[in-house]
Amino acid sequence: MTKREVVILVGLVVALSVVFVLSLALGSTPIPLRRVVLALMGASPHDEASVIVVTAIRLPRSVTAMLAGASLGIAGLQMQTLFRNPLADPFALGISSGASLGVALVVLGSGYGAAAAFGTAMGMRGDALITAAAIVGAALVLGLVLVVSSRIANPTTVLILGLMFGYAVSAIVTVLVGASQPERLQQWAQWGFGSFSGVTWQRLQLFGPLTFFGVLIASATTKQLNALLLGENYARSMGLAVRRARLLTMLGASVLGAVVTAFCGPISFLGIAVPHLCRGLLGTSDHRVLVPAVVLMGSAVALVAQIVSLLPGNAGVLPLNAVTSLMGAPIVVAVLLRSRRGAFAG
Amino acid sequence: MTPYAAPALCADVELALRTRDLAVGYRTRRSRRAVLEHVNLGVRAGELVCLLGPNGIGKSTLLRTLAKMQPALWGSVELGGADLRSITHAELARRLGVVLTERIVVEALPVRRIVELGRYPHSGWFGRITDRDRRVVDWAIDAVGARQLADRDFSRLSDGERQRVMIARALAQEPVLLVLDEPTAFLDVPSRVEVMGLLRQLTREGPLAVVVSTHDLELALRTADLVWLVMPGGEMTTGAPEDVVLSGGLAQAFEGRHIRFHPEERSFRLLTGDRGEAVVRGSGLRAALVAAVLEREGYAVVAASDESALSVEAHECGWHVLTDDGEGNGADYASLAAFLRGRRAVA
Repeated sequence: MTKREVVILVGLVVALSVVFVLSLALGSTPIPLRRVVLALMGASPHDEASVIVVTAIRLPRSVTAMLAGASLGIAGLQMQTLFRNPLADPFALGISSGASLGVALVVLGSGYGAAAAFGTAMGMRGDALITAAAIVGAALVLGLVLVVSSRIANPTTVLILGLMFGYAVSAIVTVLVGASQPERLQQWAQWGFGSFSGVTWQRLQLFGPLTFFGVLIASATTKQLNALLLGENYARSMGLAVRRARLLTMLGASVLGAVVTAFCGPISFLGIAVPHLCRGLLGTSDHRVLVPAVVLMGSAVALVAQIVSLLPGNAGVLPLNAVTSLMGAPIVVAVLLRSRRGAFAG
Repeated sequence: MTPYAAPALCADVELALRTRDLAVGYRTRRSRRAVLEHVNLGVRAGELVCLLGPNGIGKSTLLRTLAKMQPALWGSVELGGADLRSITHAELARRLGVVLTERIVVEALPVRRIVELGRYPHSGWFGRITDRDRRVVDWAIDAVGARQLADRDFSRLSDGERQRVMIARALAQEPVLLVLDEPTAFLDVPSRVEVMGLLRQLTREGPLAVVVSTHDLELALRTADLVWLVMPGGEMTTGAPEDVVLSGGLAQAFEGRHIRFHPEERSFRLLTGDRGEAVVRGSGLRAALVAAVLEREGYAVVAASDESALSVEAHECGWHVLTDDGEGNGADYASLAAFLRGRRAVA
């Protein structure tokens, strides 16, 4: 690691810390920074309400945002390197569509009553049921894509395959939406907006470990990812078991994407934008530097998106999904235009 | 196979690579389609082998099979005496390095990092680079003469420099055998000569065997220790370049309607039709250049003077032609070519 890279990484840690504290202070009721820090340290005798707001509402939300951002960032980096495609993201294999289908079936479909009854029997209500549906839907699509793609040699074909699966599944969702009753559409739309607020401390007990260890495992693949920079042929000639690495990477990245989608709804663009941001910032493709950078940057960008989504104040919140896209699109364009040769150019 | 290959190889003990009745090609679920069959080849450490043959004859398939990038249909490949099938990919990567035609596109990575990737099979799970790794990387960079490139961005190098770096990366694997599939295909002429010269030099400096496929016949004949020539029918001829020239294999493999192999010059000439004989008077470079123009315009340049031959004089200020129906002269060779074409129009 060069000195410049270390400086940038340290800078990212500082930026993340600042944004993290800001995300706890800002919101419908701004809380002074001093009180936020006191509340975090468990000592704020003067104001019970602000302690509750910070520790019970904002802290789990911010932790969720960071975990989700880190997950999407690193999963996006893995997919972009694996497919050598700047547009690949954690949802490249149709995961997002699969999750949508699961949720749509529960929320919109005629199976709602049955699913709700089943969920109640299992002790799940509302959000938990939707999460379970999203995971089942994503897992089904992922399973299908992985089974078919294990027979395919060319990575680009796999990418197209995932795209086609995604289209087909989205079409089914559209049919469901078209046939559903208006009052249920509200709940469906709500899910589609995406949100970090739905993950309470209780749900974090599942979401936290899943994403934390997912990111940890993904971070341990830097050597393989670096070998893949030269393409699958060279990677194989240097001793990488390419087929297995591809399958495991696709599985890991997709699971991360699916878990985030299940708990937070579809959050687009973070997975594409964060790796590009880091490459642009660091000026390197070396994953030994990119992986920590993507984890830090993903967390920070997700927190910023979370803060921006609360900007309207009392007038409500902006859909998170719209915020990430509106922030992400110009950033990606700027990064691509700035690097004259362009990522993956040629 | 020529009868030469097998017995000569059996006599030798230490072969870096040898194949036994190897068949290479493609298998589908139902059938196997062999591209090359009954291939018995061998390379010793310190030898540079050029694999030659027309396009689409199966050179790449053979090289991919030798490098275990695809399975053999029948027969076996042995690396240092061990069957390739018994060597894992990770183990193989410590003995065999590969360089391909494909143009590598990597955004923003310094040359040294690319060469470090060659340490992949020697490093642990996290790919930590030790001091010994660093020394090997430095050695590999020096071996290809890329020290002044080491800190530059790979994506900003020329094609020739990139292939040099890719060779250094393969060397960093510390292989006993280097397999290169048309590494010079996209390079300009000076880079081609440099890369082939580099490969030759590498075989001279250490116990390394190199197998390289190329379309650059004349260069291959000048640099290779051994030629593996794939004939149009799929049979193979092997030997020193001069042996292959003498056997007529090269002429047979590559001659077409418009091209002819000249064994004495070990080069190919374009056939441009027969417009009779011509004699060049004069000597040195200018005479050679006048002869080149005459040949391109379809004349057979002969040494002995014949009454009917066209006689062209090459002198310090240009050329001069005296014929039955007139004379011409000029200072440059474009005007000579134009004059010769003018005669054709009249004829």
